[in-house]
Order: sequence, then structure tokens, then C-alpha cells
Amino acid sequence: MTDIRYLAPPTLDEAVRAFAAAQGAARILAGGTDLLVQMRNGMAKPGTIIDIKKIPELSSVTEAADGSFWVGAAVSGAVLAEHPRFGTVWPGVLEAINLIGSTQVQGRASPGGNLCHGSPAADSVPAMVAAGAVLTIAGPNGRRTLPVEAFPAGPGRTNLAAGEILVGFTLPPRPAGSGDAYLRMIPRTEMDIAVVGVGVSLTMAGGVVTAARVGLGAAAPTVLLVADAARALVGSRLDDAALDAAAAACSAACKPIDDKRGTIVYRTKVAAVLLKRAANIAADRAQGKA
Amino acid sequence: MNAIDNKWIGKRTIRPDGADKVTGRAGYSADHTMPGMIWGKVLRSPHPHAVIRGIDTAKAEALPGVKAVVTAKDIVDFPLDKSVMLGIQDMRWMCRNVMAREKALFHGHPVAAVAAISEEVAEAACKLIEVDYEVLPHVIEIEDAIKPDAPILHDFVRHEGKPSNIATTMVNKLGDVEAGFAQADLIVERSFTTRPVHQGYIEPHACTVSHAPDGRVTIWSSSQGQFMVRAMTSLLTGIPQSNIRAIPAEIGGGFGAKTIIYLEPVAVLLAKKSGRPVKMVMSRDEVFRATGPTSGSMSTVKIGVKNDGTIVAAQGTFYLQAGGLPGSPLRGPVGCSFSPYHIENVLSVGYDVVSNRSKVAAYRAPGAPLGAYATECVIDEIAEKLGMDKLELRLKNTARPGGKTVYGATFGAITFRETVEAIKHHPHYTAPLDKNPRKGVVRGRGVASGFWFNAGGESSAQLNITEDGNVNVTTGHPDVGGSRASIANVTAELLGIDHSRISVLIGDTSSIGFSNLTGGSRVTFASAMVVTQSAEKVIGQLKERAAKIWKIDPEAVIWDNGEARPAGPNAGQFPPLTLKELAAKANEMGGPIGAGVQLNTTGADPGFATHCVDVEVDVDLGIVRVLRYTAAQDVGRALHPDYVEGQIQGGVVQGIGWALSEEYLYNAKGQLDNASFLDYRMPVCSDVPFIEPIMLEIPNPKHPQGVRGVGEAPIVPPLAAIANAIHDALGKRFFSLPMSPPKVLAVIDAG
Repeated sequence: MTDIRYLAPPTLDEAVRAFAAAQGAARILAGGTDLLVQMRNGMAKPGTIIDIKKIPELSSVTEAADGSFWVGAAVSGAVLAEHPRFGTVWPGVLEAINLIGSTQVQGRASPGGNLCHGSPAADSVPAMVAAGAVLTIAGPNGRRTLPVEAFPAGPGRTNLAAGEILVGFTLPPRPAGSGDAYLRMIPRTEMDIAVVGVGVSLTMAGGVVTAARVGLGAAAPTVLLVADAARALVGSRLDDAALDAAAAACSAACKPIDDKRGTIVYRTKVAAVLLKRAANIAADRAQGKA
Repeated sequence: MNAIDNKWIGKRTIRPDGADKVTGRAGYSADHTMPGMIWGKVLRSPHPHAVIRGIDTAKAEALPGVKAVVTAKDIVDFPLDKSVMLGIQDMRWMCRNVMAREKALFHGHPVAAVAAISEEVAEAACKLIEVDYEVLPHVIEIEDAIKPDAPILHDFVRHEGKPSNIATTMVNKLGDVEAGFAQADLIVERSFTTRPVHQGYIEPHACTVSHAPDGRVTIWSSSQGQFMVRAMTSLLTGIPQSNIRAIPAEIGGGFGAKTIIYLEPVAVLLAKKSGRPVKMVMSRDEVFRATGPTSGSMSTVKIGVKNDGTIVAAQGTFYLQAGGLPGSPLRGPVGCSFSPYHIENVLSVGYDVVSNRSKVAAYRAPGAPLGAYATECVIDEIAEKLGMDKLELRLKNTARPGGKTVYGATFGAITFRETVEAIKHHPHYTAPLDKNPRKGVVRGRGVASGFWFNAGGESSAQLNITEDGNVNVTTGHPDVGGSRASIANVTAELLGIDHSRISVLIGDTSSIGFSNLTGGSRVTFASAMVVTQSAEKVIGQLKERAAKIWKIDPEAVIWDNGEARPAGPNAGQFPPLTLKELAAKANEMGGPIGAGVQLNTTGADPGFATHCVDVEVDVDLGIVRVLRYTAAQDVGRALHPDYVEGQIQGGVVQGIGWALSEEYLYNAKGQLDNASFLDYRMPVCSDVPFIEPIMLEIPNPKHPQGVRGVGEAPIVPPLAAIANAIHDALGKRFFSLPMSPPKVLAVIDAG
């Protein structure tokens, strides 16, 4: 049996140094709900495991004076669900994160891990894309920021450079009249991976959409920001014509595959259906109706 | 019979295995360990179809820590030209299923096994085994396997004189089906397909085996029959049954699939070669790839009726997927599909089709659900075309006492009509259904019926009175459906003592007499029968002891409410003697008190069920959800109602999965692509509503407590009931399972 080194550094600097020193033989451990499964079935055999949960910055949720939120990469879904304010400001992001796995898994699984796993079907990512989250990344060359939609590089791949660690998410200040929503299609009612997932974030004034962002998951090699769908919504009252146009843009953005979880035809159609449903929920939330 | 004032029978007593299970103390297959134990792992074929030209195990054997390697040449061969049967299993196929012999027949087929000091070393050694494969073209689906140019799996299989993948044909006939159809005013003929589905038990296969230097073997494993484990292991290893002791562990679900074995003979041979106890535990991936699902099917059912709804003829053709080796459950669809109905002219034909997937194993009413799916959907369409109520059509054609079945039996007292009536008058069926509750959603209601043979067979029991006047009952059946709880209720009732004074145990193969498999919906029927006779013998002994003490005739003693009493004033005036008092005097009055009975039980009349279901369809996503489900069944006598209800609810849930979401997905290379509970989609709790069981207690006159098997019938109707409900919602019929969202949406979009 091979030995595994386990480190739990108390600071980000130490984590970055240890990660770089391992020269690719280390894996970052947050909740471990992906990594431990990979290790158990032999897909991952790290020489070193670096547990980032002891680093305060990566394990904290804070709301700044300007209304922006910081969510550390290792924060679990359960912690976010219990936060007194996060779910009020970002109900769509929270519902997306809370869809990952079972109740037990929620106690460990983090949105940071969900993003770094690189799955195009990751539930939290389309909601984070819709929210306009910006990532903080730390590495041997210091810190940088990146819009969340620029992070995935393909199935199982990300744009993290060698030695870089995801530190956390910054969600922007929320104007009045804003709401977000995430919906996914799964064949069962839980314990499934999204066949398609759509996140929508809207800001509305007087019944008119003034800003919109749309994230689309499981419909292409990476989670997508669907700017055309957002454009179709902005300026509208979410009438049928606007929703149809946004839905069509969502379908047009799809570059899915036929696999065990869904077909190209089905995914393309479902992306449009979910866009309409998520937009209506986001609008209700933006207007204080839900 | 079956007085309703029973004190214990029919009561929801605390289950004897409950505390151990909820506190984690129950010992399942993988929980047993021994000093010096090593680990066995199986090397599996990466190809769905390949000739095995040679296996070189030298490098594996040389790896430090490896203690033994086993291949097919270590397993007893059962040559292809001579069938050797153990129950319904042909040992020619069993020996080739536990270890590939001439050919690897599916991806995941065992090719060799290694025992080593750790799981890691055993796995590393498996990778060092060099297998020389000649890879052959493979075939997965029935429609491909029966084509004239299909790759042939077995040269010895002939159909109509030609090499074929159709291994056997079963024909059941009644009357003259052509003449019957000639009388029909309306004939509906439809073809259906279903996918293989896995039994989905939570506990993977596992065993620990000891082979002592004197040749005595002990096996700890869970199964649906420790005597089957002993017999199959004996046949496959050549070790006599008297040298094998199979000890049943608690079982974490079987649903039929643990009526055969995979690991035990391999572990025995590894233990024999290494001289060390060996433990083997399958991963979930191995369970999906290499243990039995039930057959997928391709069926055509044709039914002819008169305008008044009288069914005059029925014909069924059922192709079943056997997997890599023959053995589909043909008698399920061939024998059960038309048996709820009185039909003078029936032709029912089944074909056993081999292809390159894992060999099927029994699954709850084996084969019957896929037959009922076809038949009950056609019945639904006939009712629609005739403008008749669906239940009325069934009532008009119910099978009759004394009627002859297509499978050869003649019905005694049967209770199908009662199940249809129960649904017809239930508030579920009579309640109006809002078919268009909101935009984008439609609802529908469906009904279907089902039939299962049920079974009797061999059972043994021993009932002993302890020295302090309590009771131990031992039976030979693994408890998958509450048999211990039911037996405790029966024993308490018969002896007239408190339930808490009875301990029910499952004996091992050396401590109790032969008892056949837990399956076929036979165990509560059969074991209650042998326990009843054992209890009657013990009561006889107790009366004799009391008579001896009182110096009166044994005939003048009665056993009442846990005590011996004089039968009446003429017998004499004596204070009653309790079980405890008689036990205390046992030795001076003749010795220990106890009795055993061994029987080949008969009289297990068939089971019928009728179900009603409401579904809701999301017309934009194609998702079908089950809103309400009511299942009526004649259960004979519910010895322990919680378990009877649990059986009905569990069967329905498995049927819902079969209908809506479960299927094996193979890739182009012939490899199973969804070998996990993530992508093999069994329903989870939130997918199913409360399932309301209607237990019709119509005692089986051939059983002392009126018991009728209940475990299988409830999985028979759901497939068709749900298909019929979806049709009611959408106005469209579906002819293939599962009715998964992409399939449903495609039909909706086709307009």
C-alpha cells in the first residue's frame, strides 16, 4: 500500500508552498466528496493531500459593507444554508449549492470543490455564473482574480495554473429589485447529476428587466455564460416573446453530447424549458413575490 | 379457522432482528473476520466476448504476499453435453458463470481469482495475470442476437436445427387459439420491449471461508438459502456436503438474486490452496457488471374479444434475455401473463435468448412482470376500444375456481375477483381526477392486475423448550421478508405464551434439516406449516407430562393459554401446570421437551393483485411522477401485517423503477456504462408517494393459519398500471420501458 502524506496548513501561504513543493503529486482537500471517491475507486492516487479547511479565509462567509459576499472555497453547503443572510440575498446560488449530493454530503461538499472538479454538470456553477461571481486564486506567483465563467477549461479541466489554489468567490453587491434562481433537470427527485442546469439572475425595476445573466450547465463541455439569452431578457417584461427569444438563445448555445444521462435532442430542448422557468422564479424573487 | 380474536397472529409485534439492525450490531456477509484471514479478488474479462486461449498466472503467483491463484481449471467441470440440475439451476451454466471456462461471455465475467495478504496486493496480482484472448464480435440486445447473422455465443446451441442464440423454447397451450381468434369481434395485437433491471439489493455479495487442514469447510455468507450455498459449493469444488457447513449471515436484500452464488466456491478453492481463511467482497461495480439482473424482453401479445368483452383467445410470444449463459425465467411470462383470466384458447411461447451480458438471476416473480406489462396494456387498449370500464372488463373475464390454467394447473379457490372489486370500490378509484391541474402538467389514472404461482417445498423446523420454560424455534430459511417475526407470532399464538418468551433463529446447514430457498413466496407459508406441526407435537408432549404428574389419561388434558388443565370436571381437580412448571419437571418426567418437523409442503395457492395508480406528466420535460398508488392483494392471512404491507410497498417501488427509470446502458464496446447507483436509477424515497396496501385476508384453506405467499405478486402489475396511467394522461401509448423523460418527451413532441 502506498503512503499518503496529509497536511492541514493553518495559512494560505503555507498551503501554496506545500502544493508547489509537491510538484503535481498533491491534491487539495476541501470537503473531499469528489477526491475521496476518486481515491477509493483508484482514479486518484495523490502522494500528498493538502486540507484547506483549517485556513480561515477559505472557510469563512462574510458580507461586506457594500453588500458583496465572500464565500471561501472550502465552505460547505450546510454552512451556507445556515448563514442568516446569504440565502436571502442569493437564493438561487444557495439552492444550486444545496442540490449537490445528499444531506450528509452537504455537510462537507463545497462550491469551491464543485467548481474545481471541472464537471460541466456541476450544479453550483451555472448559478455562480449567473450571479457574476469573481474568483480569487492564489499561487506561487501571488494572487489573481478571474470571472467564474472563465475558470472551466473542459470536462474535468480548469484554467488553474500549476500550483494555484482556488481561494474563494466574491459575489457582487446586489441592487434593489434583484433575484436569482437555479433549476436543473434530473430524472429522479434527488441523488442525480444534472442533465441540464440553468441559473438566471435578474434585476428589475417597474416590472422591466434592467440587468440579466444566464448560466447554462451540462449542455456543453463547460458551463456557459449565455449572453444572448440575457440580452433577450433585458428591457423586457418577461413577456412570451422575450422568454421565447431567451429560450431559443439557450438552446442555440447548447453543444451537448449523447451520453448515459441525456441525449443531444433532449438536452437542447430542456435548456429552453428551464430558462423560462428559472427566469420566472428569479423575476418573482426580484419583485418580492416569492 | 383464523379467529380474528387471535392474540398474536396478525399483531404488529417488535421484529426480532430490528434492534440489531438499527444499532449496527447485525452481522452481514462482509462482517465476519478470522485470525490469519487473507483477501480474495477476481480478475474479470475486459471483453464482452472472447475465446480464452490461455491464462498465465506465473507473475501473479510470484508477487510477494500472494497466497493462491484459481482459474476455471480448479473448478469442477460440468461438460456441455450433460445437464446436471440443482433445483432450477443447470450446473453447466453455474460452473461457467462463477469462472469463465472456454470463453469470456460478458464484460466483467470472472476469469481468475487471487488471494493475498491484502486487498491491494490481490488487486495488483490480478493485473499481473496474462490472459490470451481471441476477441470475438459481441451482441447485446435481443433483436440483434436473434438475427440470422448474429455472432453465436455457444456452438452447442441449436434452434430449428441451426446454430442460434435461442437456447430453449417453452410452449404452453390451451384450446385452439386460431379457432378462438376466428370468433373474436375485436383483436388487438401489440409488441413491447423491456430492459434488464437489477435487483438492487443494498448488500453486495461477500463471504468469508475457512478450509481446515482436515478438509472441513465453513462458509459465512448471506444468501437466500444456506443449503443452496452448501450444495452448489459442493458441486463446484468436489467437497462432500457433509464436510461443508454454510452459516447464514443477515442478508441485506436479495429479491431472488441471492438464490445462486458467485464467490463461495472460488473462496473455498483459494482457502484450500492457501491454507488460510479467505474473505471476498464485491464492489458495487462488480455487482452491477457480473451479478444477475432479470431479463430484458421483446414480447408480442394478441388478445381477441367479443363485443360484450368476453375474451375468446390470447396469444403471447416472449423473447427473454438470458445473458451469456442460458436460463431466462420463461415460465414467468409464459405461465402468468394470461392466468388472471378465464380464456378458453391460449398459446403462450417463450424463447430463451443468450447475448453478451451478465447471466440473469431470479428477481421477484421472475419474468411475470414483463409478461403482465404486455398483457395488461393490451387489455387496457381493448377496454378503451370497447368503451368498457377497465375493471369491468377484468371482472367479466376473471379466472374461475376449477378453471384450467395455461401452465397446466387447475385452480382451486381463487381470489382474483376480490382484488379487482377492492380497487373498484376504493376511494382512490372512485375519486375524480383533475386531469389538467395546471399549465404544462397532465394527470392520468391506470389500473393493471397480476398473477404469481407461489410455492411450497421443503422446510424444516425445530422447537425446543428451554429449561426455564421459554421457547427456541429454529428454521432453515434466511429471513428476507420477516419470517422470524411471523414465526414468533405463530409460536406465541399456538403455545399461548407471551411473544417475548420466544426466540426465533435461523439454523446453519449442520444444525437444522434441509430447507429449500427463501424465494417463490414460499417461506412464511412453508415454515409456518412445519413450525405449527412442531408446536402441536410439543403441546402433545406437554399434555403427556401433565397427565403423568396428575396420573390421568393424556386425552383428559387440554392445553389452554400457556398451561395444561384437566379437560373438564370429570378429569379431576388439579391446578393448571404452566409451561415453566412443566419445563422445571422435564427431566424427572421423561427428559427434554422439543420436537422438529421436516416436510415437503404443498397447498400454496397462487397470488393475485390489482393496482391503481395516478401519475402526473410534465409535458415540457417528459418527467412522469407517481402521485398516488393503491395496491390490492389477497394475502391469505397476514401473520405480521407490517411485513405484509412492506412486501406490497417494496414490490410496487421496484415496479415503479422498472417502469420509469431503471435500465442497463451498454456502450459500443459491449461494456456496461452505468454500473453504479448514480446512473442506474432506482427510485429514491422522494420519488415515490405513500403506497397504500389493501390486504385482503381470505384464508388459504390449505394452510393451518391460512397463509398465502405475498412477496412476488406486488411487482407484477406496476409496469402496465403506470403505462396505462400515462396513456390516460397523454392519450398516447408507450410500448417500451423505461418510460424515461427523453422517451416520453419524444412521443409528446411527435404530436
